[in-house]
Parts: sequence; C-alpha cells; structure tokens
Amino acid sequence: MKSGIVSYGGYIPRYRIRPKDIGVVWGADGEAMGRGLNIRAKSVPGPDEDVITISVEAARACMAKVDLDPTDIGAIYVGSESHPYAVKPTATVVAEAIGSAPVLTAADFEFACKAGTAAIQTTMGLTLSKMMKYGLAIGADTSQGAPGDALEYSASAGGAALLIGVDHVAAEIAHTVSFTTDTPDFWRREGQRYPSHGGRFTGEPAYFKHVLNCAQLLFKRAGTTAEEYDYAVFHQPNGKFPVRAAKQLGFKEGQIDAGLCVREIGNTYSGAIMVGLCAILDEADPGDRIFAVGYGSGAGSDAFDLTVTEEIRKIRRDATPSIKEMMADSVFLDYATYAKYRGKILMREA
Amino acid sequence: MTLAIPRFWREIQSRYNLIGTKCGSCGKVDFPPRAVCPVCGRKSIGKMQRFQLGGKGSVVTYTVIHDAPAQFEMQKPYVMAIIEMDEGVRLTSQLIDVKPEDVRIGMKVQASFRKLGQEGDAGVIHYGYKFRPAG
Ligand SMILES: [Zn+2]
Repeated sequence: MKSGIVSYGGYIPRYRIRPKDIGVVWGADGEAMGRGLNIRAKSVPGPDEDVITISVEAARACMAKVDLDPTDIGAIYVGSESHPYAVKPTATVVAEAIGSAPVLTAADFEFACKAGTAAIQTTMGLTLSKMMKYGLAIGADTSQGAPGDALEYSASAGGAALLIGVDHVAAEIAHTVSFTTDTPDFWRREGQRYPSHGGRFTGEPAYFKHVLNCAQLLFKRAGTTAEEYDYAVFHQPNGKFPVRAAKQLGFKEGQIDAGLCVREIGNTYSGAIMVGLCAILDEADPGDRIFAVGYGSGAGSDAFDLTVTEEIRKIRRDATPSIKEMMADSVFLDYATYAKYRGKILMREA
Repeated sequence: MTLAIPRFWREIQSRYNLIGTKCGSCGKVDFPPRAVCPVCGRKSIGKMQRFQLGGKGSVVTYTVIHDAPAQFEMQKPYVMAIIEMDEGVRLTSQLIDVKPEDVRIGMKVQASFRKLGQEGDAGVIHYGYKFRPAG
C-alpha cells in the first residue's frame, strides 16, 4: 500500500508587478535584477486576499476535481510563514469553508518555504497508518520583502492544496526523505514585519547543500537516476537556483520547464514547490515519474519520488483553471498601487 | 466591537458556504437562512432544510462606490451588486476582479472567498463570499 496525491488545486492572485517597476523606485536597475533572478514578474495579493483566502481557494479547487465527501478529510495542515493570525489557525477557516468541520484535526505549520511539504509527509503517515481516510496538505504564502531589499523583487503570493490518501491515488509517493540542519540563512523574529537574511549565505551552505544532499538521498533510496524521471521540480526562490541545482543533479531543461512557475509569478514561498507540482499534474500522463525537492530556510529539504497513475484520468482536471491559465490571467500594477495593496503605506486608522 | 463577534460567528456557514434554507412544504429557497417560510408561515415550521447555493448567478443591478468607508479605502472605486443566484434568491455582494466600467447587467458571476473586513489591527478578521466574473 502506498499513499499519494488524490487530488490537487492551486491558486495564484491576479495582480503582478515587474522587477523594472520595483527598481525604478529604489534607484536600482530592476530589469537587470529580474534577469539575474530569472523572474519576469511576481504575483501580488489583492487588498482582500491573504493566506487564509488563498488556502481556501486552493482547497476548493482541489475538492472541485473529485467527488469525495469533505467529511472524510481527517486532517488539514496549512504551511505558511504569513498566516494572518499569530494565534488562530488558518486551518480552522479552511475546514469550515470546504465542509470538513467539525470532526477532524487541524493545525498550522511553519518551516519557511517547506512547511507545505512537511504537511504532505504528515498526512502520508496519518493515511498510511489508517488513522484517517484523507488529509489535506496546504502550502500558501503572501510573503513580503523589506522595501528596496533584494527579496522585494521575488517575494510573491500563491498557494496549493494536495489531498493525500491511500485510495484513488493519482500520483503515488513511493519514497520521501528529508535533510535538516540548524542553518541561519533566513529568519523573521516574532513581531518583526519583514524577514532578515544572510545575503550570499542563502546560496551554497543553505539552498544548495540541503537540496542537493536531500536529492542524492532520494536517488539512493529510490534506486534511480535523473534520466528516469519525466519531470523534476524544486523549491524556487528565484529562477536561477533550481535550474542550477537541477543541472548539477543531471536533469535536463525539458524535465524542469513545466514546474518552474517562479519565472512568471515569483517566489510563493510555502506555495512554490506545491504550485510547481500542480502545474506538472495539470499535464502529466499515467506512468510519468516526478522528482520533487522542497527547501525551507532554517534549514531543511523534503524530497519526494512520485509516479502518476491511471487515476489521473478520473480527476476532472478542467473543473478549475490550470496553473498555466492562472499564470496568464494577470493584471499589472505600478509600484504605488502595489505598495497600497501590500499595506506599505501608512493609513489613518480605520 | 466585540459584540460583532457572536453575530459574525453565527453567520459563518452563510458567509463561507452560501448556506440558506429550503422550505420542505413549498420548495422556496431563502438566503440568508430563515426559521420560517415567508410563503407557508406556520405550515413550514420544522420543515425548513439546510440548502447550499451553487455559487453561480448574474448581476441584477449594481452601483459604483467612490466614497468608501475607511476600511474599504484600499479598494475604491469598487462595485456593489445585487445578484440573482441560479436558485432564484437575490443577495448583495461586492464584485471583484472586474473594472467598474466593465460591469454589465445580466453578467454571469461566481462566488469566491475573500476578506470582508477586520475589527482593527488587533481584532478578528471576517471572511466570506464576494463575486467575480464567471470564467
Ligand atoms: Zn414554503
């Protein structure tokens, strides 16, 4: 018996801003910045959107593709570093909004950008052990970089929900492995509005060390090599890191293209690898193999070996817009409107 | 301020999931939910069933708000519309993801999940339906 993805759904806000339009405000060459990061635009949440609304939209898109009773969901975990409440779980709202409440367990997870993949592993365990039929793992963020900081060019908004179980599995997860160390590459202290990071330290000792080590562990455990996979997807803080990691692991461009959403929408943090995985599932065929390695600062990686099954044909993949369609449905903002929507303008008290 | 919490809490099912009622006697659908059918009166007591609207409808009429309350200053100008749901009931909601000049009477819309407001920076956040053009 194997657990895996039973259904999936993603959500990306419509608003976008281009690196060029950020750079012009801070006296920087935004276009060069965007080229360096391999990001053409980043998504921006509307003034009435947050991690709760994004999680609900993703969860509803996930449930709209299948005819399953939402009360069969025994657990909902939402991974994010931008939960609207410091105390009051996002998962409780999701549970009510998809009709899973009240007989279930729910909690919010935090592990920088890999809290959503941690939720996948948790729900795998809960369903494999038959404690429940299905678990819903969500990764969503509306992350902010400090104004003018390098992160402001990439920090975006979006999320995805994966229904995990052992029945009607559309993408079997045969292996998962993690790699975790204490590495202070990126953090945000309680009460601080914007995160801090170690600049160049976020590269080699952080992202690459964890992603590459975890990927090698997964190859070893699955007894596979890069060429055996049809798709590969990695955490994508920018459009450069995952491409370099993929190359070092022996993957070709054709394997990583479908899941590399960061180029059009920026870094959706906890949503990033899960949105990429959804984009792959939008087009994958039975028998396709997917290699997925997430990364969260702090730091750790979760890796998954997936195989798409015949069940993918029974999912109503066209019931909701595809990730590709959501990436194309965009409204571009200038910096002033973006700053207003993101609450960067000091307003008189409501 | 805290008085609003129980009221919003009681309305969560309606605001999140468009839960109304259907009269077991005459079949009339009501939203928000009612305890007694306005047509059947006493005959409907004990026969009112929970009924979830499908989330699809069309614009009956609308107005563009330019002078917004402080909480909505971010969103102005925005559109408030009366929407007739496919089940026949009407409700009032904000229209999103559409420019005011592009709204048309009869336009097909569908429910989405958004933040409705919050009770200050430290207070409860309210969520529920808003409508966007049907894709
Ligand atoms: Zn009646």
